[in-house]
Amino acid sequence: MSRLGAMVVRTPGASPAALSPPGRRRLGWWTGAAVRAGLATASLSRRLGLGAGSIIGGRVTLALDRQALRRLATGRRVVLVSGTNGKTTTSHLVAAAVRTAGPVAHNAGGSNMADGAVAALAEAQDADYAVLEVDELHLTAVAQAVDPAVVVLLNLTRDQLDRATEVGAIASALGRALAQHPRTVVVANADDPMVVSAATQAGHSVWVAAGASWLGDATTCPRCGRTLTFTDTGWECECGLARPTPDWWIDAGKACTADAVLPLDIRLPGQVNLSNATMALAAARALGVPADRAASALREVDVVAGRYAVVRRGSQDLRLLLAKNPAGWAGMASMLSQPRPLLVIINAREADGRDTSWLWDVAFEQFTCHHVVASGERAADLGVRLSYAGLNHQTVPDPLAALAALPPGEIDVVANYTAFHQFRRRLSRERTATR
Amino acid sequence: MSAPSSVTIGLLLPDVLGTYSDAGNATILAQRLRWRGIPAEIQTITARDAPPTGCEVYLLGGGEDTAQLFAADWLRRHSELRRAMETSAVTLAVCAGLQILGQSMTDTRGKHYAGLGLLDITTAPGRRRSVGEVISTCAIPGVGPLTGFENHRGITTLGPGTTALGRVVTGNGNGTTEAATRHRTEGVLTERVIGTYLHGPVLARNPALADHILERITGHPLPPLDLPDQSALRHTYL
Repeated sequence: MSRLGAMVVRTPGASPAALSPPGRRRLGWWTGAAVRAGLATASLSRRLGLGAGSIIGGRVTLALDRQALRRLATGRRVVLVSGTNGKTTTSHLVAAAVRTAGPVAHNAGGSNMADGAVAALAEAQDADYAVLEVDELHLTAVAQAVDPAVVVLLNLTRDQLDRATEVGAIASALGRALAQHPRTVVVANADDPMVVSAATQAGHSVWVAAGASWLGDATTCPRCGRTLTFTDTGWECECGLARPTPDWWIDAGKACTADAVLPLDIRLPGQVNLSNATMALAAARALGVPADRAASALREVDVVAGRYAVVRRGSQDLRLLLAKNPAGWAGMASMLSQPRPLLVIINAREADGRDTSWLWDVAFEQFTCHHVVASGERAADLGVRLSYAGLNHQTVPDPLAALAALPPGEIDVVANYTAFHQFRRRLSRERTATR
Repeated sequence: MSAPSSVTIGLLLPDVLGTYSDAGNATILAQRLRWRGIPAEIQTITARDAPPTGCEVYLLGGGEDTAQLFAADWLRRHSELRRAMETSAVTLAVCAGLQILGQSMTDTRGKHYAGLGLLDITTAPGRRRSVGEVISTCAIPGVGPLTGFENHRGITTLGPGTTALGRVVTGNGNGTTEAATRHRTEGVLTERVIGTYLHGPVLARNPALADHILERITGHPLPPLDLPDQSALRHTYL
């Protein structure tokens, strides 16, 4: 499997991904009308200040034509980016890399279900490439519709257990889906046993040693349930499932393959983003994009749908970060290494997962040197967790009021999904009001 | 029970039954002892370890289906641990951890698996998953209402002499009713085992239940603890 993947990497011109040539889309009059109706709705939604409009626009199009996603994707070379954490960031990196080869349709805002994909494709109908972030629970359906050239599978850990199913079940469903696309190149994380159990079902895999910051959900074999053996160089199970030999790896801050060493000159912080960038380069190369051009394009990405942005508010500089589950927090730990004050905002709405238990698998104990304020609609859940972690902290449910409890200067703000978007909206409304 | 000078909390198989963050229960018990001046240690016991039999408390959490069967098999292989759970220790078992302590479990294909047989309960799959907030009134005097988050598909039937941990006010719990009263039940309560479907973790949301377990071990009442945010947390859910 990995041998085949490596072959694909070394001869991009002959890769299966390159077989379907790009061409004009002929949507047909009905799909065309559905797309125009969706775009008009999106534009109206934006003008009314209701949001970016991509979800509602995509929904209108899909309601009028259930085949819209398939028709909009026809003739394009599509990369799907999926996994539990890092989808939005990695899709931005892949899009930057692929843009060196031509215009790209991209759901940059992170609307990662079928409606978001439809909206992104409708808004860039002339783009021959598409890079679509896809929720791992929707990958099967979206892949069915768009017949992707490349699928990037980053990691699979637990997230929103109340909405999703357990991780092992997701991995086996993804494996079955990938088996149905034998010409698709799957760029997969060799260090994540859940990802490997799914990606070994694919016709062509490119394995990336992307690391795993948190293996709390992968201590037992996703295939047989036995305990996995982890060593310095990999992992294996008695049943035969083992870490594949990587085609790509990171060495001294550079992305390496058998025939190339590429600088990872990125502006995004943290080890986890070096991994995301390497996955992006592997995806771009599988698509036939020259790797050196792709590598230098990664530097363009600095802010990803508001994440990593630094926002000045009064005497404070707020660095906005998003972490929504234990694996996300583990990947972010290296970014929070300086003892900067820390505002943590936690909600438990549908998109966050209603159950806050996951806070107990975040190693908050490591932040004893930080000045921490607990905030958000579930500030009390977080506050109790922080007390048991031995952190002296304050609890202020309203995030803007919480900022008043912190000193001037640089502050890290870490929020989960809906908390992050609420906070950004309130900051921007505040700025509009004072302008 | 003579009061131990230091308490050892055995966290069983967090590598296998760690899906729902129930390991937090170990941290909570240990900290509540330490804050009262009683030394406490958490022993993490993974599937590779030979389990110690001298712990005062054993904790089991929730996990996925294949992991659950592996855990049941592991527990059956360590009969000395079973004896300790039966005779000397107090065990808190959550969700899949509760199910594997029973007589048997049935999977969605109708296949039966033996449990540890420590509790007179049997579990079979329901028609759909029970996912959401639960409130129950706890059968232990003084503990009051219990709050937690359930996420399972098990229908657990209690044997004739077995008491439930609580009566369901909202949510599903065991999915079965008491024969005499028709009250819907949640969890199991015996002299040595407290079983529940509640995550949260359950002891984070219900400190009185944590202190009840600790008082069983230490053999004497513990002074109250005033933890910031605790009453706000209970107010969120109750």
